Amino acid sequence: MTVHEKLSMGQALNRALRDAMAADPSVVVFGEDVGPLGGVFRITDGLTAEFGEDRCFDTPLAESGIVGVAVGMAMNGMRPVVEMQFDAFAYPAFEQIVSHVAKMRNRTRGKVSLPMVIRVPYAGGIGGVEHHCDSSEAYYAHTPGLHVVAPATPSDAYDLLREAIASPDPVVFLEPKKLYWSKEEVELSGRPRASAIGRAVVRREGTDATLIAYGPSVPVALEAAEVADREGRSLQVVDLRSIVPFDDETVCAAVRSTGRAVVVAEASGFASVSSEIAARVTERCFHSLAAPIRRVTGYDIPYPPPKLEHIHLPNVERVLEAVDDLQWEDS
Amino acid sequence: MTLIGVDGRAVRDALPDDAALMRALQGLITARRLNEQAYALVRQGRLAVYPSSHGQEACQVAAAQVLDDGDWLFPTYRDTAAIAERGVDPVEALSLLKGDWHCGYDPYEHKVAPHTTPLATQLPHAVGVAHAARLKGEPTVVMALCGDGGTSEGDFHEALNFAAVLKAPVVFFLQNNEYAISVPLSRQTAAPSLAHKGIGYGIKGERVDGNDVAAVLAVLKDAVDRARAGEGPQLVEAHTYRMQAHTNADDATRYRTDDEVAAWVDRDPIVRLEKHLRDRDLLTDSLLSEMREAAEKKAASMRDGINRDIAPNPSDLFAYVYATPTTQLQEQGAQA
Ligand SMILES: Cc1ncc(C[n+]2csc(CCOP(=O)(O)OP(=O)(O)O)c2C)c(N)n1
Ligand SMILES: [Mg+2]
Repeated sequence: MTVHEKLSMGQALNRALRDAMAADPSVVVFGEDVGPLGGVFRITDGLTAEFGEDRCFDTPLAESGIVGVAVGMAMNGMRPVVEMQFDAFAYPAFEQIVSHVAKMRNRTRGKVSLPMVIRVPYAGGIGGVEHHCDSSEAYYAHTPGLHVVAPATPSDAYDLLREAIASPDPVVFLEPKKLYWSKEEVELSGRPRASAIGRAVVRREGTDATLIAYGPSVPVALEAAEVADREGRSLQVVDLRSIVPFDDETVCAAVRSTGRAVVVAEASGFASVSSEIAARVTERCFHSLAAPIRRVTGYDIPYPPPKLEHIHLPNVERVLEAVDDLQWEDS
Repeated sequence: MTLIGVDGRAVRDALPDDAALMRALQGLITARRLNEQAYALVRQGRLAVYPSSHGQEACQVAAAQVLDDGDWLFPTYRDTAAIAERGVDPVEALSLLKGDWHCGYDPYEHKVAPHTTPLATQLPHAVGVAHAARLKGEPTVVMALCGDGGTSEGDFHEALNFAAVLKAPVVFFLQNNEYAISVPLSRQTAAPSLAHKGIGYGIKGERVDGNDVAAVLAVLKDAVDRARAGEGPQLVEAHTYRMQAHTNADDATRYRTDDEVAAWVDRDPIVRLEKHLRDRDLLTDSLLSEMREAAEKKAASMRDGINRDIAPNPSDLFAYVYATPTTQLQEQGAQA
């Protein structure tokens, strides 16, 4: 039965976990403080009470161990969903993720698959102190064997998480922290819905230029499009949702339709997902482009302290400046 | 703990039964023969590299022989002989070192995890398999192998701690062969023994003479039984010695003396058990030559398999990265 409810992204994620656990007894949730506390962001709120300690449990404080144990559980018939407490605190698990999570299926020619999800509260904009705001997607996206997704809306958060849990492949699930409290009507079908992993979506139609964004940058792009509209420029906004697999088709069709593009992302621009997008769209759409693709990204600096993060993060002004720069007239 | 001394005499009662000792001897002879064969295949250029367990065969054989069919073995990169003793075709087990593919066997067929090279990273996986089994109510025990050097890695400690907290049925079996490539144990740890490392995690540690297969069998069997009975993880340190260089590419004379190596020749696990079984009239010349023939047959089949060139299929490179190849991988695979 399909119902609609107004939910924040955090609540939508919680619902997705609950519905997945109810639907499949092999789904287990674990990590630091995810039990009775419900996680520091309360995404696992109530799961231990509802499903018991075997299904949702606190672990010792060791991220490599958490991911490594999840690998073993996935090898033995379970679908672990593990929480890294913050983006930068996933780094102790990096070896497990890169050397095993990503490689197991390929290593064993498909004999051992690892249906597991690594949830990562991710990116900035919440005034977090050092190590609480990293945009770490490029590390994961650069690693073949991982799927990497980042929802920008509560509905997508629900759908993507259900789909990630059901996926036979490991998924790094990046949850934009600053959007945890954003709300919308969410359609809850109780079942995983049509695939969003690997599918970008056009969030706003527009004809003059395309803004390509994902996760926390999608609202920034949408707001920029709104302002541009008032100034007489029609901007299209594409929300990737899924960084890996990458939806070349939707992105390229969008860029071809406008002939201009700006990529918006919080992560530092050098050697980043935004560089990859600019490169691949240029390779594929060169003759449709009226201007080089611009990127509006975080600077190539360690994440700033809270009082300075506004300097670093893409904002409407920087996006619109980049749009202005797209060689509207030959000069 | 030692059960059979270097002179072949039982130093204590409670030996494994005669059949178990005979089975162990067959295992030792086969493991030694496979080690020698693999080493030869490296010299002939058929294997890229081989980390031999020559001298450590008692540990290799016992680790596999104490397990039930439903149990799991998590080997390190040095444990090809244990993998073979568990039932995996040695040719498939050597795929990694031959270079045809990373893991050449189906891990589920004999419940043997892929052997890979990042040290100690397999140990948290072992805990996960064991914990999942416990949640499912299955009586599985997981045998997780690690070297002395590997005990310094973070994953060793995280695995022990997780296993203890989760009461996971894992036997952590450490082969202390005194070296991690060139680095001696004294540079690896200041602990009185590797078995002591369990104390901080609430895990009981045992030490055993790693060149006495009777003792290794007895201690590991006891550990497996305890883990299966719900007593949580167990830690066993076997003191043994790597008789050959780290791999064929290593020069062991740079860090250890011939005298040191020679002292371990007398403690050879095979000589010791043979002597014991002969003294008790359990082993005859004809039984011994039967065992050697069986080992020879395995070595010959391994040699043939490794000498057989199979053209690796480039499209495999793209087929298994994801359950369904992404469009990008399909495109790249078509170009490659
Ligand atoms: C994480 C990691 N670091 C370094 C290496 C390189 N390396 C391979 S074997 C080895 C020594 C291992 O020593 P030990 O754990 O005692 O096992 P042994 O070789 O004695 O069987 C090293 C340093 C590795 N494989 N993995
Ligand atoms: Mg060693």
